[in-house]
This record gives sequence, C-alpha cells and structure tokens, in this order.
Amino acid sequence: MFEHLVALPILLPMLAGVILLMPPCGKNVQVRRVVSVSLLALTLAICIRLLYQVTTVEPIVYAVGNWQAPFGIVLVADPLAAILASLTSFLGLVCALYSVSGDDEKGSFFHPLLHFLILGVNGAFLTGDAFNLFVFFEVLLIASYSLLMHAADKHTTRAALQYVIMNLVGSAVFLIALGILYGVTGTLNMADMAVKVAALTGDDVYLAKIGGLLLLVVFALKAALLPLHLWLPSTYASATPVVGALFAIMTKVGVYSMMRVYTLIFGEGAGELSHMAQHWLWGLAIATIVVGAIGVLASQDLRRLAANLVIVSVGTLVALLAVQTKEATSAAIFYMVHSTLVSAALFLLADLIARQRGKVLDRITAGRGVNQERVLGVAFLIAGLTVIGMPPFSGFIGKLWLLDATFDAEHAAVFWPVYLLASFALLVALAKAGATVFWQRPQKDIAVIETEDASNNQLVAVYLLVACSPLLVIFAGYFTELSEVAAGWLHNQDAMKTLVLGGRS
Amino acid sequence: MELLYSSSVGLLVACGVFLILRGRTFPVVLGLTMLSYAVNLFLFAAGRLSLNKAVVLGTGESYADPLPQALVLTAIVIGFAMTAFVVILAIRGRADLGNDHVNGVVPTPKLKKKR
Repeated sequence: MFEHLVALPILLPMLAGVILLMPPCGKNVQVRRVVSVSLLALTLAICIRLLYQVTTVEPIVYAVGNWQAPFGIVLVADPLAAILASLTSFLGLVCALYSVSGDDEKGSFFHPLLHFLILGVNGAFLTGDAFNLFVFFEVLLIASYSLLMHAADKHTTRAALQYVIMNLVGSAVFLIALGILYGVTGTLNMADMAVKVAALTGDDVYLAKIGGLLLLVVFALKAALLPLHLWLPSTYASATPVVGALFAIMTKVGVYSMMRVYTLIFGEGAGELSHMAQHWLWGLAIATIVVGAIGVLASQDLRRLAANLVIVSVGTLVALLAVQTKEATSAAIFYMVHSTLVSAALFLLADLIARQRGKVLDRITAGRGVNQERVLGVAFLIAGLTVIGMPPFSGFIGKLWLLDATFDAEHAAVFWPVYLLASFALLVALAKAGATVFWQRPQKDIAVIETEDASNNQLVAVYLLVACSPLLVIFAGYFTELSEVAAGWLHNQDAMKTLVLGGRS
Repeated sequence: MELLYSSSVGLLVACGVFLILRGRTFPVVLGLTMLSYAVNLFLFAAGRLSLNKAVVLGTGESYADPLPQALVLTAIVIGFAMTAFVVILAIRGRADLGNDHVNGVVPTPKLKKKR
C-alpha cells in the first residue's frame, strides 16, 4: 500500500499543474488560488507521510511500471529524499500563499508553473536513475525559465537569456557525462552503477573518472559553485521575489545530486575511484565561501544580499560534503533544510521592505521607513541572526555542528578560519543592512508616498518561514536525529544496493 | 567508421562551442543546436557502433543496444523544447533590449586616446 506513496509527490504536482490550466481554475483567479494552495497542502501532507514511513520502516524502492531495476526506472525514497521533498512542498506552499495577494497575477500561469517546478524538484530528489535525474532536471529547469520570465522587465530578460544559455550548455555536458558512464558501466541505475564502477579495471577507470568529473561540472553549475556561480546573483535578484524565494531550493538540487553521486556511486566502496571528487570539492567550497562573503559585503540591495547568502550556504554545504563522513553528512542535511528556509524568508522580506519604502526600494541606503516597522523588523532580526549563525536560532546549531564535524577533517586548518571570517563578514553586512534600512532617515524631508501595508497572507507566509528557525531549535533533538538517520542511509551503500537491486547484482 | 563518427562529433562540438562564445544571440542559439546534435550522436555511440544488427530482440542473431536509442529519443525531444524556448527568449530579448547582444548592450569600440 505505502509503496505507491513514493510516486505521489511527483504525480500530484503534475496533475495539479494540468488541473490549474483547465476551467474553472484557468478562468477564475479566486478558484485557481484556492485550488493551488490546497493541492500544495495535500502534496506537503503526502510528503510528510512518506517521510514518516521511510524513517520508521525502511526506504522504499518503487519500480515504475513494475520494470525491475536495473532495467527499469526506479524511484528511491530514502529519508534524505523524503526530507527534501517535504521541504520543497513546504516552500512551494509558502510561496503560493505569499503570491496570492497579487504577485500571481502579474504574469501568466504562475500557479501551474509553480506546480511543475515542484514536480521537477521532487522528481530529482526521488529518482534512483541517472538519466531520469537528467529528465527531472530539465523539467524543473524549463519551469524555472518560465517562472523567471514571470512579470519580467528588461533586466530580467537579459538575466534569463544568460541563465538559459548557461543551463543548456550544462544539460549538454550532463548528457555527455551520462553517455560516458553508460558506455563504461552499461547501466544507468545509480545503485547498479555503484556496483559496476567498483569492478572497473584498466582504461575504463579513467573513462569513468572523466564521466564522474563531468557530472561534477554540471552539478557545480546547478549548485552555483565557484567558477560557475556568476549567473546566480543576477538571476535571483532580477526574478520576482516570490520566484527568487522558490529558487532557494534549486541550488540544493545540485548539492543533493552531488551527495548522491559522490557517496553512492563514487563513494566508499568504489575501488580506485572512491572519493575522487573530494579534493576538488574542498578547494571549490572554500573559494565559494570567500567569494560569496565578499559578494555579501559588496551588495547594494537586499535581494542581491540574499542571493549572495545563497552562494555562501552552497559553499558551506559542499565543504561538509567533501568531508564524506556520516557526521558531516548529517550536519549538511540539517544545514540544507535550515539555509533553504532562511534564504527564502530573506527574499520575501526584501520584497515586503521594498514595497513599503517607496522609491528607494530595497537598496541599502537611507530612505523613508517601512510602515510596519515592528512586524518586519522582528522578522528581519530573526532571519538575520539565523543566517549569520547566532544563538539562539537554528543557524547556531547548524554552525556548531558543522564546525564539530569538520574538526578532524584534512583541511580543517583552512576551512575553520575561512568559515569563521566569512560568518563575521555576514554579521557586519547584515547588521549594516538592517540598521540602514530600518533606522537611517535622510536629512531632508521627503514627500510622503502612500504605500500599502503587507497583506495578512504575506505576513503569514514570511512568519511561517521565519518561525522554522526557532522551531528547529526547540525540536532540535528530533531534527538532528532525523538528519542522522538520513545520513546513515545515505552512507549505508550496501543496504541501498540490496534494496534497489533486490539481491541481484 | 569509428574515426568518421568521432571526428564528426568532435567537429560539431568545436563549432558549437565557438558559436556559443559569440556575442549575439543568433550564433549562440545555432551553437546550442549544434552542441545538442553532437551530444545526441555521442549518446547514440555510447551503445557501441555496430553494423547489421537487429533493433528488436529475438529477430536476429545479435541485436543493437536499445537503451541508448531510447535515451537519444528523449534527449532529442527535450533538446527541441529547450531550443524553441531559447529562440523565443532571444526574440523577446531583441524586442526588450533593442539589440541582439547576449549582454544586452552593443559593445562600443574603444576610441584611441588623443595625445
């Protein structure tokens, strides 16, 4: 009964997208909003049920069309995939709630595209087949292209053009990598590939290495790792803020794919190829943190600041990934959830602040104040403290955990100072941004402009995201245990291989 | 055959990369198309090149690997959709920005400094 649960987080958003395009939803805005939000709530409920199922019993392997692995496509729901699918659905729900007060009408088809994006992201998390991963990447990318063009102006078109071209080249490289890996191993199922890679000899080892490193290039592009991160700030800052918030999950898809590929296929038991990307990942992660922190310091407006914070969080995650121990992975999972939520919250907050400040928008300069100073200020304070990693919020636990996990690692002597200095830079930049935006007024009087207060559902959406930070602390015991279980399954390659292949290999 | 096949893939990739690095959208789109052709050919070759082998299992002594063909089919479909999108985006960029440069600005030639 419950094995069919795995397909639902993919099928339901797909059906929802189609339903939302058809009458009566396609005609009436009110109906469309109600249907969209309630279907997202249903998706979230299903994902959480799935998460409960896979953590209490064992990961579910679902052979699509009952074609058994390694020949057919399988969906694999281990705790990590279920956690991230739930996170995606939650983020989608919050963004839909936020968009209901007007953002979804600025362009066409916001709600269907939102559902298609969730279809792609959930699919990428749940699939156990490398080519299927590519297909779901394309699904989420084409939804993201269209969402990026939602309510677009000149600057958005330019950013979108660059983003699309970058990603098309990335897709080409992805296919080449898959072609090489298929040519060498003769399979596309990730668990089966792990078995085959371990048994490679001679020249095939080098070919597989080339394939694996090409995959690293693709995932680094999606995750915005250092040399391939240049598209991110302009793309995220020029998208409609609610879309920017939604994109907070997209870099995590890249990081997740790296986790899967470099712990399952090229992980512990991969013979000559085990841990092959580790050294690359270290260097790139540290460089990404440095560049991201500089970007945060140099940001002129809040949205760009939030976009650069995403880059810092990606660098941090990849550094944890490079350690490749169980403890580091569990820290990474906790950090992934926390950073996605907080960066989405910052994007939405930047939008609310921009709307209430008249002409200065979200630029970090003296200007007129926001109308709802208390409400927005408190949210900004919590989000800021979370993202810097100050107690008592979830960033602090994440930071302590990750410092602890990297303590014995090979490159800790480089990573610790870099990371702590970067946190300090974040502290300076966010304190300056908050103080300027909320407290500084220009000398001369400015004309009073009427601006709208934030509507209730916008505030609810922002506070839903912001409240996750203290909640992650209050229920920290539960969440850390959950991340440890997820990391345990991710590192337990033998169990995964037996589950997927059913003893055949 | 192998040499011809691999060199044509290589040539397509080279042309594609060259065109993608151009500054205007039309060559870039052409380059992307060429790159995707090259990728499709490459994927097809991942199942090994062979002559006179049956496509369907059981109709001949030996058969060609069917999986890369299925993969190529998927890749072609996705490639078409993406190319269509980028063409439309390029047209919209031309309309929005007033020129067809990827960066949105016409590069001005640097003037020589007068002494």
